Amino acid sequence: MSADIVDRHGPAPQAAAAALVAYVLSLADDALVLGHRLSEWSGRGPTLEEDIALSNLALDLIGQARLCYSYAGELEGLGRDEDALAYRRDEHAYRNLLLLEQPNGDFAMTMARHLLYAAFLAPYFTALSASSDARLAEIGGKAAKEMAYHLRHAAEWVIRLGDGTEESRARMTAALDELWMYTGEMFDMDADESALSAQGIAVDRGSIRPAWEATLTRVLAQATLARPADRWMQRGGRAGRHSEHLGHLLAEMQVVHRAHPGASW
Amino acid sequence: MASDVQRNDRPTGPEAGADALARARAAVAAVVDPEIPILTLEDLGILRGVAQQDGKIVVELTPTYIGCPATFAIRLAVEAALAAAGLREVRVVTQLSPPWSTDAITESGRRKLKAFGIAPPARAKNPGALFHDTEVACPRCGSSKTSKLSEFGSTACKAQWRCDACREPFDYFKCI
Repeated sequence: MSADIVDRHGPAPQAAAAALVAYVLSLADDALVLGHRLSEWSGRGPTLEEDIALSNLALDLIGQARLCYSYAGELEGLGRDEDALAYRRDEHAYRNLLLLEQPNGDFAMTMARHLLYAAFLAPYFTALSASSDARLAEIGGKAAKEMAYHLRHAAEWVIRLGDGTEESRARMTAALDELWMYTGEMFDMDADESALSAQGIAVDRGSIRPAWEATLTRVLAQATLARPADRWMQRGGRAGRHSEHLGHLLAEMQVVHRAHPGASW
Repeated sequence: MASDVQRNDRPTGPEAGADALARARAAVAAVVDPEIPILTLEDLGILRGVAQQDGKIVVELTPTYIGCPATFAIRLAVEAALAAAGLREVRVVTQLSPPWSTDAITESGRRKLKAFGIAPPARAKNPGALFHDTEVACPRCGSSKTSKLSEFGSTACKAQWRCDACREPFDYFKCI
């Protein structure tokens, strides 16, 4: 990996840098962790077509992660490139949503997780494309187009499995029930992110909720599934408090780089 | 597509002058996509500009998909083509905005795709819609009786389809 995006927009003001770095890193961590999870299906998909689909989706997310890590590294100004940020930060330094680090489980679980997140991320990136930060606007504009088919693919499967056989329906119902408690965190913003949102740099996460709700209502209705009841929501990913699963994911993802620091080919 | 690189035609470096720019344009024009080698970068609509800036040749490219693994290979191919043309002071930059769309594929590119057996992308009104039907003509027999096998194919930009008339499977360059 190497950064090849030239900064044509000039450096960001120093004062805002720390909050902006943290925000861009959280976008990068979200993309990388989910991208890695999807890549775990490579070679193990339920059908050849689906194996290819999951690997394609993983690539898009890893592409988002690379752009965001490169930008975060430039903003931070400490000489950390995308590799240093992806491979040499520990679990507590990761800021991804808990939803995205949850294990793949069965195929229903993977598709339920993808629907819950893509229904959020597609409109989120569309909104980010209007960011006052030119780099984030570019990334949002590019990624929004791709998230549209992520959402479509996940929605098609949730409908097919929900409105499918007794077993597929039971599995999809169980997956949505299991993952629902991680959806609240998508809409949380800390004080720094709220300030960035007020400046027109970050997107107000609350403003995405109506679109998210509308998509889920439509897809779950077609899937003949009930929306899980709102209850206690798990939080902590943005503060570096993760479930046990992230450590295992990072151990596998980072082992080669940590065993051979600085190696390249 | 217009380049927003600031042009500077004054001779200020080793690759200055109209001749160097003309050679650079010719060299870059011949570079093909590594995954669909019948298409030049221009056919594919990912070449955003070739210009001179401070005595350097500056080539602006845009990626098709955000994670397309061919992006790096394309960049290397551009640098190699410029080096072969005797141009060494070069800079290849990536431009994300406006994002690439299959509408940027040229008419010539669409004809080449079809001749190669890949159905060219539909000009869909709303590729971002949650659900929509796409009508794709078989690149072999021309029938519109076709069905989608998978929205994902051998590369990020292609989907797998099948012709229900001649029964041949084919790649569809999907609309984005």
